[in-house]
Amino acid sequence: MTVLDSLRRHRIPDTPGMTDAAVVVDGITKRFGRGPLILDDVSLTVAPGEFLCILGASGCGKSTLLNLVAGLEPPTAGSVQVPGHRPSLMFQEPALYPWLTASENVELALKLRGVGKAERREEGKRLLSLVRLEGAGQKRPHELSGGMRQRVAMARALAQDSKVLLMDEPFAALDAITRDVLHDELTRIREEVGATVLFVTHNVREAVRLGDRVILLSSRPGRVANEFTVDIAQPRRIESPEVAALSVEITEHLRAEIRRHARASS
Amino acid sequence: MTEVVDTNRDLEAGLDALELGPQEARTPWWQRALSSGLPPVVALLVLYAIWQLVVSTQHPNNLPSPAAVGNELQDQWNKGRIQEAVRNSLVHGVFGFLISAAVGTPLGVLLARVLILRRALRPLITGLQSLPSVVWVPASILWFGLSAKTLFFVVLMGAIPSIVNGTISGIDQVPPLYLRVGHVLGARGLTLARHVLLPAALPGYLSGLKQGWAFSWRSLMAAELIASSGSLGLGQLIEDARNLSSFEGVIVGIFAILVVGIAVDLLFFAPLERTVLRRRGLLTH
Repeated sequence: MTVLDSLRRHRIPDTPGMTDAAVVVDGITKRFGRGPLILDDVSLTVAPGEFLCILGASGCGKSTLLNLVAGLEPPTAGSVQVPGHRPSLMFQEPALYPWLTASENVELALKLRGVGKAERREEGKRLLSLVRLEGAGQKRPHELSGGMRQRVAMARALAQDSKVLLMDEPFAALDAITRDVLHDELTRIREEVGATVLFVTHNVREAVRLGDRVILLSSRPGRVANEFTVDIAQPRRIESPEVAALSVEITEHLRAEIRRHARASS
Repeated sequence: MTEVVDTNRDLEAGLDALELGPQEARTPWWQRALSSGLPPVVALLVLYAIWQLVVSTQHPNNLPSPAAVGNELQDQWNKGRIQEAVRNSLVHGVFGFLISAAVGTPLGVLLARVLILRRALRPLITGLQSLPSVVWVPASILWFGLSAKTLFFVVLMGAIPSIVNGTISGIDQVPPLYLRVGHVLGARGLTLARHVLLPAALPGYLSGLKQGWAFSWRSLMAAELIASSGSLGLGQLIEDARNLSSFEGVIVGIFAILVVGIAVDLLFFAPLERTVLRRRGLLTH
């Protein structure tokens, strides 16, 4: 009980009037030890149910930002508030435990959340069928394809029952067709469970395909450089002209950001 | 929306099917037994032939023939000495190994996770591991006299360092990402150790245990050769044969030690390791 209590304390928002936001990042600065500045005064707010994509080139501190929101790292300055539950986090690698079957991987997340044994089995089944892997529960990770593993990882992340899902380039290692399908799946599942998603990527089209809003981070240090609202109805297709048009515009900004570094270093 | 979803269901099923490929037919058991059992049998036959050849070309007193060793084996077997020695040595070896595992495993986990302890003790443990355990025999005799305690002490000194080191390297090889996922899922401390760290370290730990057994067995044989405790062991069987100047008896003893070593690996460690590795997809054949 004490662990839960301390978590709850951590979750309670201390800024009045911010309770309606799902994630509040307020003036975050991060450096590791005496190293260079990774994130510089980054502030952003994610509304409940919103799908926010964070876009940036290498070295913009995207992954660091997610780790801070997940509570895996403390910020050097500033604060992170995630009211409600501890957020769940998905990585580029599925990182399933190879000694467990697919359903045991999902059920472990439930167990660590304190769900009882009988309920775990039911809930595990439901989550696997949500990612359309109802038949693959008894398979071990090495028997699954890359896309299937990432879907199990998604079911495991959803098993944490947090309203906030943090995703760190979860589809970057997949082939284009599988990634396309998983984009559709993520859009569908997000609608079904009503989760708030904070999605980090370096792929502009992916950001526009998925996000309600796209935040562009500058590199070294990471700062909020620009923000775009994606006003295209879901489900979108990644190859649609609307997605392409906005992608072109955002890519221009991204390129300008990257060029700045060439000038700075010469 | 439903249209997109339905076409996706098919697309997904197709992708999954393509990625997984057709199920390979399992080779029949007799074929597998033949392909894994035949090479060692052939190797043994070749060794036997070489032995026979050496005996027939050399002076006959230098090396006993396979037939003479066979006779000696049958003789000892009929007297029940082999069975008794194998039984006693196995009991001592297995008990010593179990105690070593019970001491070495928690020590290994502690050294792997507590940096200051690791810095302080790891060099000593590694040093002890490379120390031939036979050097403990004289000290052990002075402490415990000619008793089973002497044997156990030597076995423990041989096996514990190796199990500690195996445990440490098993834990060191756990991918950091597994621990981060555990953290995200809310596992801390003992829960993290039980559900993530220890199962992830199992393959490395198992090979540490296997090495620990090898060290237990060879330490025990060294101790038995020098320190004849009350009960007849395999090491003592060899020592007795030497006292009788029975070369055949010495070779019978060596064979028995070899056979027990192979049997324990084949019947216990190899299947255990195979099961663990296959489940994790770390075994290709």
